[in-house]
This record gives sequence, C-alpha cells and structure tokens, in this order.
Amino acid sequence: MDRTDRPHRTGRTGGTDKVMTMKAAVAAFVHDGDTVCLEGFTHLIPTAAGHEIIRQGRRDLTVVRMTADIVVDQMLAAGCVSRLVSSFVGNSSAGSLGNLRRRIESSDPEPLAFEEYSHYGMVCRYLAGSQRLPFHPLRSYGGSDLPRVNSDLRKVTSPYPGPDGEPEQIYVVPPVNPDVTIIHAQRADRGGNTQMWGLTGVQAEAVYAARKAIVVVEELVDDEVVRSDPNRTLVPAHAVHAVVVCPRGAHPSFAQGYYDRDNAFYRAWSAISQDPDRIQAWLDEWVRGTADHAEYVAKLGEEYWAGLAVGEALSEPVDYGRRL
Amino acid sequence: MTMGAQGTPVTSSELLSVVASRELVARRTVFAGIGLPTLATELAQLTVAPEIEVVYESGVCGAHPSHLPETIADSVLITGAEAVISMPTLFGCVLQGGHIDVGFLGAAQIDRWGNLNTSVIGEWDSPAVRLPGSGGGVEVMANAREVFVVMRRHTPHSFTDPLDFCTAPGPDRALAEGIRPLGAGVTRVITELGVLAREGVGHELRLVAVQPGVTVGQVRAATGWDLQVADAVTTVEPRPPRSCACCARTSTPAASIFAEP
Repeated sequence: MDRTDRPHRTGRTGGTDKVMTMKAAVAAFVHDGDTVCLEGFTHLIPTAAGHEIIRQGRRDLTVVRMTADIVVDQMLAAGCVSRLVSSFVGNSSAGSLGNLRRRIESSDPEPLAFEEYSHYGMVCRYLAGSQRLPFHPLRSYGGSDLPRVNSDLRKVTSPYPGPDGEPEQIYVVPPVNPDVTIIHAQRADRGGNTQMWGLTGVQAEAVYAARKAIVVVEELVDDEVVRSDPNRTLVPAHAVHAVVVCPRGAHPSFAQGYYDRDNAFYRAWSAISQDPDRIQAWLDEWVRGTADHAEYVAKLGEEYWAGLAVGEALSEPVDYGRRL
Repeated sequence: MTMGAQGTPVTSSELLSVVASRELVARRTVFAGIGLPTLATELAQLTVAPEIEVVYESGVCGAHPSHLPETIADSVLITGAEAVISMPTLFGCVLQGGHIDVGFLGAAQIDRWGNLNTSVIGEWDSPAVRLPGSGGGVEVMANAREVFVVMRRHTPHSFTDPLDFCTAPGPDRALAEGIRPLGAGVTRVITELGVLAREGVGHELRLVAVQPGVTVGQVRAATGWDLQVADAVTTVEPRPPRSCACCARTSTPAASIFAEP
C-alpha cells in the first residue's frame, strides 16, 4: 500500500464516542441552580435544548445569552430561570418578549434578576472566561448609566501610558465560566469535532469558557467528512462533552443551508407572549406535551417544513493538498 | 399617512429609511443594527450610495442578497456574501479597531447631546417599560466615527432631557468620566418630522430640515427641550418614486418589509 493511502493513525477521530440523546445530555449536564449558557447569535439558536430543559423541569438557573429571545422567554415562562445575563432582551425585530417584560416590570409571577451588558461586554466576558483571565478591557461604558446598575462593570487605570503619555482609564468586565454551554451546529463527528458555517457568533469562545459543553447538531457525519475540511471545525472534540443529534433543533431560528428562519413564528410569539395563559397553553401543547424534539418536528408537519426549505448554494471545494 | 407614486400607502418607516439612506452619500463603511437601519442602508446601496460597504451586526460584510433582507440575520445576507466574521472579530477588531465610518442606531429616548436610552422607561428597579437594552449600541456609539439615529416617534417623551437612563453615551458624557471615545457621537437624527444635526463634542443637536408640510414650530413643540434651530432650515425632498428602489429586484413585497412591527 502506498504510504499516502494509509490513515495517519488508527482509532476514532476525536477519541471517545460522545453521542447521547438530548434527554440524557440535559439530565447529565444541566442541574438545578446551574449557570447555563445558550449561544448562537440569531442563527443556530439551541431551542430544542431549551425545550428539553423545560421538559425536565429545571429550576433556579442562571441563563447567559447575548440575545435573549424566544427560547429564553419560554424558559422564563416555564419557571426555569431566576437570573439572566444578557445584552439584548427582545424578540429580534419582531416585537418584545411578554414574559420577560412581566418578570422585570412587575415581578409577575416572580422577580427576575437581570444583569445587563452590551454585546461586546458579553463577548469580552466569554473571552476572559475561555482564557481564564481575571478580566477583559473594552472601550465601552464611559459615561453610561450601566455601571451604576451593574457593579461588575468596573474601571481600571491602564498600567501603560495612553497615546498622549498620560494615564488611561478603561472599563473591564469579569470572566464568565458557565457550568455548561449548549450550542447548535450544522454537523459533528461522533467525537464532537463540530463544524459550522454562516453566522458563527461567539459559540467557540462560549464553549471554551464553560466547564462542560453540549453540541447539538443537524446531522452526525463520518470522520472523513470532518477531516476533508478541518478549517470548518470551529469547536474541536477536546472541548465537547456530549454530541446530540437533533435535526431542525434550532427552529424558529435557522441553520444555514438546512432550513430558513421562521419569521412568521417570531411575529406570532410577540402576540402569544402577551398573554400568560396563552404561553402556558403553548408550552403544554408544543413542549411539555411532546416527548422530544422529533415529536415537535412531526407535529409541525412536513407541509410546514416545506415552507422553510432552502435551495442549494454549494461552496467551491478548497484543495488542502497532500505530500507526494 | 401619505401616498406613494403608485397610490400605495407610505409608512413612516419607509419615509425614514429613504431620508436616512440619502444621508449616507460619501460615507464608506456603515454598521447596521436590527430594524430600520437595515432598511436604510440597503436602500442607500440601491440608490444614492452604491459603493458603501455595509457591515451587519450579525457579522456579515459585503452582502449581496438575492432578496431584501428582513433582519440582520436573514440567510440571504450570508449566501453570496464577501465575508462572515465572528463576534470577537466584529466588535473587537472591526468596530473597536476603528473601521466603521457611520453607525446606525435607534432608541426609545434621545437627549440634546445625542445620548441614547434603550434600556428602561422609568426607574431601573421597577421600570414602566423594559426595553431590549444595549445590543451593540454602546460599542457603536463609542467607536464609530459618527452615528446616525433613526427615531420612529418625535415626541417630548422620546426627545427628552434628562433621559430616564443613559445606555449609550455620546462623547461628552464619556469625556466627563475621563474616557476618550473614538468618534463624534450622534451627528444626524432622522424623524418623521425632520432632520437634526450635531457637529460633535460640545455641540447640541440643531434642527436643519423639516419634512414636507411640517413647520419649525411643530418640531420644537414635539421636542422636550428648547431645541436649537439652524439659520437656514431646508425642507426634506419628497421621496423618490417607489419603482426605483427595492421592489424592482426582490420578490418580497415592500409593504411587508416596511410594516411597523
């Protein structure tokens, strides 16, 4: 056999097989009182994972998420969350989050502790957390009222002189180290080498900041598929503790190349969430009333999914080359 | 409500987007956040400023959408784009690194210096209205060379001094705290009544243009402070015919795109 035809090494890519069901992964890695990070910036939002957390009735969670949108409103309505750390608490551009607003505006049905940051403040918290740094500086917050209501936004004097030779003041944010980070991606191998494309947000940093990480994927692929394009692996297997296969698990957000964003549902949620009874009825029917996400997908029906189908737009393959 | 070229109703969102898009002439790099800014920048590219580069808050640079995008994260912005970058690169290197000429923001409240409130109406601890919060607004204000603001409503409650809460401060407030921001803060405010402008640090917003049929007195009455007025106030040009813009090249009805949320 020619040398180039031999595998470089034997054994599984990424080592251990980490494939689990959503039910088992949430049971193993999400506990009452945990700090749970759900990331995915408007794309690849791990909705199905949020729904399983609701099904298992987790309580007293601290949720960390840059854009707290529909899945967070649903987790709030289900009574899973006592603290929220976020930089945008709205239903995208489709309106507001009824349950979140009732919790914050009138402690209805119970108060919600809310730590407000800006987007880059959250990014810097993940950066500090992933690198185990004591803080991360950023050129934001000077003159803002946010430090007045969030004592974790603190100002330090740079140990180096500024451009004019004078001492320079700068705000810093603390690291965040979630107990578990959950992300959604297009594909992974059984070991957890995770590939994604399109909007990739802050998922890699959020995974490295956490003690444990669950990756939910549209499809499980052979090692050879991953290894044919290693640059597309944004989260390597060594950072992943569970791989959950859950097609269409990012609905109503989208998975680039798999299905489109369900804009009609985003608009519908603004109305549903205005009424606490309607929210509970929705959760009863679509989350608590379904055994798992596959049942939720089936309940929506193939005709519904056909409306979110996307056409093909393949990238040109790249040539990694091989030594002759 | 006014009527468009083909007798279709023109929403205030559409009017604001058209006026805002004109202000982008001669700018190079624009940062577009959620909502109206997306429409205004897309419109500008299609009409008055085809050469501008739009950087979306989702991380897309050099988008070539097949359809008019509904949001900053619309999949049509990604397919065929020149680049898609991560959040640390977007906010850290592109925005804080000083690559953005104009940032586009909306707000619930604005004061005479262009400071913005997107957090709460009322008290922080028990707000009458919990708003979406900063998003990237704090970073856009601190790091873009100038900021355009689109305000859906021009009333004494939204144009108010002091603000209920300052989420995204302009350079005057930052400097008072010993922090040097990169840009000039808000330089244009576009509303359904007119256009306000501000030159930079130390300057207040001034009324420079009114929408057709609106008087200077009406704008001053709708502003919660004693609004300064430019020596020569112009009238905003009527909008271009509908056929020139987005409708021609997309299958999405413009009315649905421009609808109020």
